[in-house]
Amino acid sequence: MMRTGTFATIAVLLGAAGFLLPQVVANPYYFYAGYVVLQYIVIATGWNILGGYAGYINFGTSAFFGAGVYTSAYLMQAFEAPLVVQIVAAALVGVALGVATGYLTLRIQGVYFSIATLALVVVLETVVHNTEALGGASGLTTIGPPPPAWFKGQTQYVFCVMLVLALLAVVIARWIETSWLGRGFRAIRASEPAAESCGVPTLRMKLIACAISGGIIAAAGAPYPSYAYHVEPVSAFGLLIALNALAMPLIGGTRSWMGPVIGAVLLGTIQQVATVTISSEYNILAVGLLLIAFVVAAPEGLLGLLSAVRGGVRWSAKPARKPA
Amino acid sequence: MMLIDLAANALASGAALGSIYALLAMGLAITFGLLHVPNVAHPAIVVAGAYAVALANGYGADPLLAALLLTVPFYVLGLGFYTFYSRAFELRGRGNSLQSLTLFFGVALVIEIGLVIAFGTDLRSVSVPYVGQSLSVGFVTLPYRFLVPALVTPAVILALWLYLTRTHGGLALRAVAHDERALSISGIDPSSVKRHAFGLATALAVLAGAALIITGPVDPFTDRSLLGRVFAVVVLAGLGSIPGTLVAAVLIGVAEAFVTTFVSPSWAPGVAFAILLGTLGLRPSGLFGASR
Repeated sequence: MMRTGTFATIAVLLGAAGFLLPQVVANPYYFYAGYVVLQYIVIATGWNILGGYAGYINFGTSAFFGAGVYTSAYLMQAFEAPLVVQIVAAALVGVALGVATGYLTLRIQGVYFSIATLALVVVLETVVHNTEALGGASGLTTIGPPPPAWFKGQTQYVFCVMLVLALLAVVIARWIETSWLGRGFRAIRASEPAAESCGVPTLRMKLIACAISGGIIAAAGAPYPSYAYHVEPVSAFGLLIALNALAMPLIGGTRSWMGPVIGAVLLGTIQQVATVTISSEYNILAVGLLLIAFVVAAPEGLLGLLSAVRGGVRWSAKPARKPA
Repeated sequence: MMLIDLAANALASGAALGSIYALLAMGLAITFGLLHVPNVAHPAIVVAGAYAVALANGYGADPLLAALLLTVPFYVLGLGFYTFYSRAFELRGRGNSLQSLTLFFGVALVIEIGLVIAFGTDLRSVSVPYVGQSLSVGFVTLPYRFLVPALVTPAVILALWLYLTRTHGGLALRAVAHDERALSISGIDPSSVKRHAFGLATALAVLAGAALIITGPVDPFTDRSLLGRVFAVVVLAGLGSIPGTLVAAVLIGVAEAFVTTFVSPSWAPGVAFAILLGTLGLRPSGLFGASR
């Protein structure tokens, strides 16, 4: 679909453009809205590594996101740790949580796994609610050090940080897709017993998938305290995050790294416009209806539709594979 | 003495609460437990049922009586819902659990937001004469708003159990859960049996909705806190065990009541989910389910 050279050039150009943007665009609102879209690129890409490639549907994305948010908020409050440290720590917490979830797959598969991840959100939220050090129900106020002068403001700064995270996430996802890991994940999705009998180390592969996915999603939560200045359990463990994590790859297409990016950019932008122009209720209603429509009519997402239109091939039989 | 007092009250209210949870989970015990359709929209349908009951109560109808009448339109609604689901997935032979889960997730969301748009986010409740009064036996006090709906459950479970074990329709339903192809060989259309089962589950949801709204006020997002409880009940009971549902639900209700009384009410929402995680991790077949 895209050669590595082209991919790298585009990634570098996008990154450079993002860092120049604060010099050109004055209105911080664009960065405020763009941050959310970029955040969803990271979340959707992270979700897709486990959900799209390996076929384990995580309903509990907000558990990982919230864990990232609270890790970085706590480090900010207690140790005044810099943002980079917060992100790394959040990713590590996400990896640990992912490995724990991965061990769950030893006993439970399919629907049960999804329900268990849903349970994880509520358990974590209840724990945070009742932990004094994390601010309980009223949350924590998180005001960090002023950002570097180059960025002209906190919002622009976290926007650029999130841009770097998004590029990193997509690079990781693309690398996984074309490497031995991606082949292993696809084998697990197709049939776990068959993969096992062909010598694919399924447990290790699932643990790796859960760990990478969890780490990326938690890292997406890490800049949130710097972005919003305040964290509380309801927004950190919000349902909309879990819903979008699922809807975006599904609408874009789950077989390739491009799907979640397309889904996140499309749906994220629509939502940002809708929350401003219409009400947030109709915004969620639209996402829900779109999700139902895609799952019924185009389960392979926009990319699947595209390749069906272009090649006339049966997209359900042919996974999107591309040589590097 | 004080401690025994508290424990006895927690036990009583927990048992009543659990009985109500069993009613909430009953529809899911059919769709998920018997048919293996992961209907995560079930709690949202229950809440929609509660709103329908509240609407009828606004015209002066008794909530339980209104729910009994509403079972008919909800049954038809369930038939339509299943037809849509099977047209979308099962008939085309590509119904994997990811897609159906996602579909139901979307449906739950649309129901929630539909209720918000139609009725707003305010809490709704019903007015019945017995709400506010309590039954006192010795030092145990139990409000009627828990006791009345709790007493509905055993009746519903008995009726359902009799239906499943003593009638041809019930036999067909259990057969479809056991082996769909064998059923179609013996000349019964499995998808019509499943459609009927879905209608039944949706009809049970409106009864559960009535119980829910008698117990306490309901808002459009109540289903989110119910979701974990009903799945915990069904999974702990073991798939396909209808009487087991009551036992599992009472266990969870009592556990929640004890945590509320002796630890803190703010820990209570996590109890059912912790039990769910524990069951899935340690004994995925549940208490009464056959090992799969």
